[in-house]
Amino acid sequence: MTERKGAARRAREDDRQGNPKAGEEGKEKQMIVQFFFYLFAALLLISGLLVITLRNPVHAVLFLILAFFNGAGLFLLAGAEFLAMILLVVYVGAVLVLFLFIIMMLDIDFAELRAGFTRVLPLGLLVGGVLVAELVMVFLAWQPSPMAEKLRMAATPEGVNNTEALGRILYTDHVFFFQAAGMILLVAMIGAIVLSLHHRRDVKRQDVAKQVARRREEGVRLVDVKPGEGL
Amino acid sequence: MEHDGMSMWSTFAPALPEMVLAVISMGLLMLGVFFRHRTVELVNTLAVVGLAVVAVLVLMSGSGTVEAFGGVFVVDALARVMKLLVLFATAVAIIMSVQFLRWERIERFEYAVLMLLAALGMMVMISANGLIALYLGLELQSLALYVLAAMNRESGRSSEAGMKYFVLGALASGLMLYGASLIYGFAGATTYAAIAEALKGGENIGVIVGLVFLLAGLAFKISAVPFHMWTPDVYEGAPTPVTAFFSAAPKLAAMAVILRVLYEAFPGVSDQWRQVVVFMAIASMLLAAFAGVVQKNIKRLLAYSSIGHMGFALIGVAAGGPEGLRATVFYLIIYLLLTIGTFAIVIAMRRDGRAVEEIEDFAGLASTNPGMAFGLGAMMFALAGIPWLAGFFAKYFVLVAAIRADLVVLAIIGVLASVVAAFYYLRVVKVMYFDEPKGAVSAMPFELKLVATLSVVFALAYVIWPQPIVQMAQAAIRPLIQ
Repeated sequence: MTERKGAARRAREDDRQGNPKAGEEGKEKQMIVQFFFYLFAALLLISGLLVITLRNPVHAVLFLILAFFNGAGLFLLAGAEFLAMILLVVYVGAVLVLFLFIIMMLDIDFAELRAGFTRVLPLGLLVGGVLVAELVMVFLAWQPSPMAEKLRMAATPEGVNNTEALGRILYTDHVFFFQAAGMILLVAMIGAIVLSLHHRRDVKRQDVAKQVARRREEGVRLVDVKPGEGL
Repeated sequence: MEHDGMSMWSTFAPALPEMVLAVISMGLLMLGVFFRHRTVELVNTLAVVGLAVVAVLVLMSGSGTVEAFGGVFVVDALARVMKLLVLFATAVAIIMSVQFLRWERIERFEYAVLMLLAALGMMVMISANGLIALYLGLELQSLALYVLAAMNRESGRSSEAGMKYFVLGALASGLMLYGASLIYGFAGATTYAAIAEALKGGENIGVIVGLVFLLAGLAFKISAVPFHMWTPDVYEGAPTPVTAFFSAAPKLAAMAVILRVLYEAFPGVSDQWRQVVVFMAIASMLLAAFAGVVQKNIKRLLAYSSIGHMGFALIGVAAGGPEGLRATVFYLIIYLLLTIGTFAIVIAMRRDGRAVEEIEDFAGLASTNPGMAFGLGAMMFALAGIPWLAGFFAKYFVLVAAIRADLVVLAIIGVLASVVAAFYYLRVVKVMYFDEPKGAVSAMPFELKLVATLSVVFALAYVIWPQPIVQMAQAAIRPLIQ
């Protein structure tokens, strides 16, 4: 893991260097990269669409997982293997599995939720239409500034891998953002506890300290039963 | 990159108040968790003391503009003034909560901690000098506010308020992020200065669409029409001191952000965003004026009142220039001081151990509780903008600024809206003074009486010594008009 740059970027760099042999090789590579890009992108879009159209919520979550897998594939192609792995570990591994549990445990009648769907459909279409029109307008005016290009191509420094490079700036240049994000998570945690933890007095609770501090003398009593007398 | 002690310190020093506030809130959290029994009062007291300490740190942060963390965090006069106001509003909200939480049996130490964390988020927002810091601050304060709105778990209305606020707030955050991503995509930068630099090459439809989405997200926070729908329900459902907090501190912080974003990142496309701001100002003032008339619940009434006031403050933003900006900041300060006093009285309105929130039930308060009736009446007059009370000057300055900026139509609509709005403010006075008494309400606790008295004195006597607040507003806008 000394130098990982991502296939796409390496192909681009080779291309730019104008090395004829590398160029030949680069073209081949680029074709493969493009093939996988479109494969991942298409699967991502299809599974995304299925997430919001499928009737069975469990299936929808499973397709969401597929969507994340493809997103991770796209990250890999862009040379961001750390983000790809984080996406898998955090989102697929933790968030969505939890989500699956929640959906299975909650008895939500999705048909009932959709009951008002046709009523608000015109409004939804209107808002969606406006957003799409804006997107088209924006897309037609696509003129990235020169600086944007430079920022996008910002290369991973030589000699370190992607994860380390991220770590280096995350804890130095961006420490403020990092800490602020940490505070947000703290608030989320406090919020979850405040809103859901309920101390009920009429319920018996396990007290680990008390259990550990318990001594033999308090727990066991030797009873000398005389023969023929019983207790 | 080597850091010796001194340069490390100079990197972090501008954010010292934020860091201290974060540490204090976490310390109080630990205190509450480990000494669970009877720590609520201690935590509340220490929270107020902590806010005072942080305010002193803000005051001691020198003068001039200092940037930190590679330019994403800025401390300037605007930040200092707004932070002091936010800290003040938070401290007052905590003080006003103490008795209320006891009445409603929702005393929990997390309450003050969440207030502190919300204030921290607002401070980050105010000092944000780029879109990422802005978003992080906004999210920090919003999350804390969602929880505070739902704090009274036994009450269905409180849970509903929290849920509504959360869902709509998440939508607003989504809109804002979408806008921020467009801005980043087209300008290639997230810090305000760099965005302004990138826009010098001429306007760009992508950036403008992005800016509109960003403004939509911020308009949600100040509850400007058409992003106001959550306000009446959340104000009504949330515990009353939390409502007081909602209507004061977050609005100030979000307005500071709007000023900074529009005048530091997007001065180049002011013709485009001015239309948006003018529309929001007109819509907010008119909707608040007409919808407020039919309200029966005082908290809903004050919700519409705050929508209308934000519309007025936006007039100053639209007018721009030293005069318009000063008028906006001035408006916010006056609004903050008036709204706190109004809520102090509303919180104290209780009869037979239950909150009195229907305006009908204030009937004849003038004969049963003359002090409270006088206070609330004075606040209503001041909020309506009756001449020579504090609220009048706030409205006067924004309207003058609008006329100077050739926004005469906007000014006329503002005057008409304030005439209509005066109706519902005066109706409260009429119910209190001229209707048959419905029985006395319980006496006000000391701290609420103190806050209300100070606020009433301010509303009535502001005209005697107007300079300090004008100067404060003047100082705050200096970084924006260079």
